[in-house]
Amino acid sequence: MEYLREVLTQQVAGYDQLPEVLQIFLPMLLACLLCLGLVALVPLVAIWGERKVSAHMQDRLGPMRVGGWHGWAQTIADGVKLLLKEDIIPAQADRLLFKLAPLVVFAGGFAAFVVLPFGERFIVSDLNIGVLYIAAISSLGVVGIIMAGWASNNKYALFGGMRAAAQIVSYEIPTVLAILTVVIPVGSLSMQEIVRAQSGSVFNWFIFQPVTFLAFWVVYLGTLAEVNRTPFDIPEAESELVAGYHTEYSGMRFAFFFLAEYANMFLVSALATTLFLGGWHGPGFLPGPVWFILKAVALVFVQMWLRWTLPRLRVDQLMHVSWKVLLPISFLLVLAAGTLALMQEGAP
Amino acid sequence: MKRYFLDIFQSIWTVLQGMKITGLHLFTRSCTLQYPSVKWELPERSRMRLFNKIEDCIGCGQCVRACPVDCIYMTTERRAKEDPPIFAADGTPIKLRVTQFDIDMSLCCYCNLCTYPCPTHCLVMTPEYEFAVQAKQDFLYRFAKDEPQAPPKPAASPRPAGAR
Repeated sequence: MEYLREVLTQQVAGYDQLPEVLQIFLPMLLACLLCLGLVALVPLVAIWGERKVSAHMQDRLGPMRVGGWHGWAQTIADGVKLLLKEDIIPAQADRLLFKLAPLVVFAGGFAAFVVLPFGERFIVSDLNIGVLYIAAISSLGVVGIIMAGWASNNKYALFGGMRAAAQIVSYEIPTVLAILTVVIPVGSLSMQEIVRAQSGSVFNWFIFQPVTFLAFWVVYLGTLAEVNRTPFDIPEAESELVAGYHTEYSGMRFAFFFLAEYANMFLVSALATTLFLGGWHGPGFLPGPVWFILKAVALVFVQMWLRWTLPRLRVDQLMHVSWKVLLPISFLLVLAAGTLALMQEGAP
Repeated sequence: MKRYFLDIFQSIWTVLQGMKITGLHLFTRSCTLQYPSVKWELPERSRMRLFNKIEDCIGCGQCVRACPVDCIYMTTERRAKEDPPIFAADGTPIKLRVTQFDIDMSLCCYCNLCTYPCPTHCLVMTPEYEFAVQAKQDFLYRFAKDEPQAPPKPAASPRPAGAR
């Protein structure tokens, strides 16, 4: 944001004559709009991509008509259709919570975009607790999911909400512990500091170091479960729960849940990119932000790949993976990372 | 303890195997035919819409009797003695004038039984399959030459409906 203000001061004539409040406020507004545009654009592309990936994995073509080139405008058409749908709220629903829930889910994903380091200076706000902020704010989504499940006054929605709560809370623990293995050697929670610690050659990326290599897989699996993607999609298991927590939602409110899911997919992939794949570092022929988005999109693709490969886990299997496999491994990894850090500093 | 790590290894390994299969399918040619722009070429002898070449029809009515759903309506009248003799393509003399030869394709069950008895092979099934229409009456195909464009639908089928 400071960078944005600098650019505005240099490029826009008379910007520094504006009142001080405006000088601070305008870059904020601009950054917010950029973020909002990204949060809206990423799901549009990702949903189209998902349909294409799923189709081609099943030897189909997917959307081919809308917009001409390979149906690129299909998601826009679907979005417009959802906008025009009747806004239905069940008669016995808790109206306030019902209306609030999609917003909470969406806002959680949206707010986390603020600390994503797209480039050396392309970051809305480089908080000194960036990682903690992401872990905290992206857990807000589960509150929205429980709200949606409860407010719908529908047993399937409630089941979905409860399952989502159990799942996300369970997987949050190994994920955050595994993230700590990166934070320990870096010594900072700031996203930019973590990216800078991986500068130099490709082999400085944390994925190419023994402890954090394992941590990457823990984080990847944990975040996959947190965004409710197959094989961890029991909160919206359509064969058991109709559609889980968004059973009663239709039209634009449903679109918000959908948008949030894909925005969150990109968000967790971007987080993994920042922590393990060197963020915006990459060979110099492409600018940093392009590298960052490319790496994140590659991880999103693997998420889709997994979705169209694996069946859904049972509830007990899901809990088994989290508490009996990922959690012990992540504890061991934190221990190993701490020991390594101590050894490098020299014994006290 | 050994089992625990074996399970972890196996689950990762099987996931990778599954991903290999789906990954390979990602790059195989998809089998979708984009219908309105690309059409499936049906084999020559596929059983789709019926067609009657009325010039060769001798009005024998064997197709009407063969039809299991009674969807062919035919009326004939004897040609006058002094009319010039006409022949079908295979040389069979045509003694009857077919005044009505209607096929209701909405009833047709595409069994092909009507085409076998046809002595002059004028009634055939064509590979033409795109003949959806808006109104049901438009499924009535009229093949007779001087039939009026929209006659009342003939109620008189050769056999009473339902009789076998």
